[in-house]
Amino acid sequence: MSTIASGDFWAFVGVVAGIYALLGLGIQLEFGFAGLLNFGHVAFMAIGAYTMAILVVKLGWSMWIATPLAVVAAAAAGVALGLPTLRLRADYFAIATIAFSEIVRYVATNEETLTGGSQGTINLAGAGQAASYNGDWDRFESWVQSTLRLGSKDAAMLAIVWLVALASCTALWAAGRTPWGRVLRGIREDEDVVSSLGKNVFAFRLQALAVGSALAGLAGCFYAWQFSFFSPADFAPLLTFFAWMIVILGGLGRFFAVPVGAVVFGVLFAGTRFFDFAPFAWFDSAERAYLRLMLIGLAIIGLILFRPQGVLGRREELVLD
Amino acid sequence: MFLQLVANGLVTGAVVAIAALGVSLVYGILGFVNFAYGDVMTFGAFVAVLFDGRLGMAMIVAAVLAMVATAILSLGLEGVLWRPLRARRAGFMSLFLASIGLALVLRQAIFLVAGPQPRSYDVDPYKVYVLGSVRLSGAQVVAVAVAAVAIVTVALVLRVTSVGRTMRAVADDRALAAVSGIDTGRVIGVTWILCGLIAGLAGVLSALVQGSFDPNFGFSLLLPVFAAVVLGGIGSAYGALLGGLVLGLATEVSTWSGFHGGVNPVYKPVVAFAVLIAVLLLRPQGLLGRARTL
Repeated sequence: MSTIASGDFWAFVGVVAGIYALLGLGIQLEFGFAGLLNFGHVAFMAIGAYTMAILVVKLGWSMWIATPLAVVAAAAAGVALGLPTLRLRADYFAIATIAFSEIVRYVATNEETLTGGSQGTINLAGAGQAASYNGDWDRFESWVQSTLRLGSKDAAMLAIVWLVALASCTALWAAGRTPWGRVLRGIREDEDVVSSLGKNVFAFRLQALAVGSALAGLAGCFYAWQFSFFSPADFAPLLTFFAWMIVILGGLGRFFAVPVGAVVFGVLFAGTRFFDFAPFAWFDSAERAYLRLMLIGLAIIGLILFRPQGVLGRREELVLD
Repeated sequence: MFLQLVANGLVTGAVVAIAALGVSLVYGILGFVNFAYGDVMTFGAFVAVLFDGRLGMAMIVAAVLAMVATAILSLGLEGVLWRPLRARRAGFMSLFLASIGLALVLRQAIFLVAGPQPRSYDVDPYKVYVLGSVRLSGAQVVAVAVAAVAIVTVALVLRVTSVGRTMRAVADDRALAAVSGIDTGRVIGVTWILCGLIAGLAGVLSALVQGSFDPNFGFSLLLPVFAAVVLGGIGSAYGALLGGLVLGLATEVSTWSGFHGGVNPVYKPVVAFAVLIAVLLLRPQGLLGRARTL
């Protein structure tokens, strides 16, 4: 059977799309609501994944304790970054955040005793002993599989990831309808008006950044479980741009546009890997990988030129400025 | 050892400074941070590979042709991307995001055409100049000299020529420049040509200093270049020079063992990023920039 017709393959695409959806929800809250141009989002994903893996492998803690702590660590990192940098103008904030994400990646690459270095988490317990942080997760996955009578572990993973992603989405949607969400939208439109109404713009932005970073940390944990081990190279700036692409694709200012954008992106990105008809047949697989990223870049440009509100966005509420 | 680090820092700084000049020019006139700049530099470096390696031309001829090709690319992008975006009244956020898309397109196109293997120019890598206790490679000496000449030239063009004066007028206030009879479309076109020439030169020089480079190398230079731009004060030619030199010296000298044992050399890029964040926080207008809100 060809790969493109196999259920396992599409379950994998679905899991990755679910992880991207979690990542994109953070960007949607930060940019679509609070107007923050965070280009270092992937750093918080890395912090979440590494915190979880290090606590489980080095300290031998249960995954059920390590994971909430990892999410808290990501949120705390968001606050630590935001405290000094949130007063910068949007594009300078973007540069500061991408610099932060590169610092995180360099530290993860070079602090071998802490992170396992460029080889990744397989070296976490020291060279020669393949470290694994997946034990608790595998048991949980099997339990879900047998309880729901699912055909495969991949299907169980798919169910868990999307349950969490849609629950987060619903929670954010509900939060967006509270006074808190209205203040955030107000900040995005005109922060001077909001602050003249006596709202602490800085505090609201910091909260949005903390929640967005926590979601990225959670996405990082799922990424870690899905791939069994990971290395600093997995957290290159490109991943941040993928999350941005998903949010722009889905539409700005609507949380439920993010899962839609993630599914479309996942299918396009993974699906085009198996395009073997002309004109794709003219290129070998490495060349097709370049071509896919090129198409993503063109899609970003095309969306900004022709449909700045995204596929599901509300033109009257928000267009890219 | 210390003097050698200072010399290396000056070389790195000179190359970063010339690249920073291009970013700074476009920011001054068009008001947005061009994320595709690093990949435009890569384009220039690879065009020079084509002329130098494949066609066997002298390095200097290849470098000039690469600058011209990069300027053509730069002007072409103005026609197909930036002008249509401005016509749609796109704000700096849209321009910024579009430049990220463009960066991906350019880099992947270079990967597709040139392949991922590392490249180098057909120059003698073992030529070394010794100056007291300092040893510099031929490429390093050339890079410093060319960068110094180029920066002074651009500063003079901005200062004394009428094109330079109109460019500064547009940078100050585009609407005011337009009503006083300046053809802003033409000035913006000239800016992109100048920016392309500088990007091409910066790409070739940094590739020359680095020795071997792949299609990712321009993007990896982008953050240090941004750091230099912000450090020097955005929109100022001498600021770009100063920012580049300070950044180059800071990253190299930070590894000096006399300085608390020195920073581990693998963390040199981190020093640059840390300088960037520190400058944004402490003096966002840069060393030579005018105070304003950022």
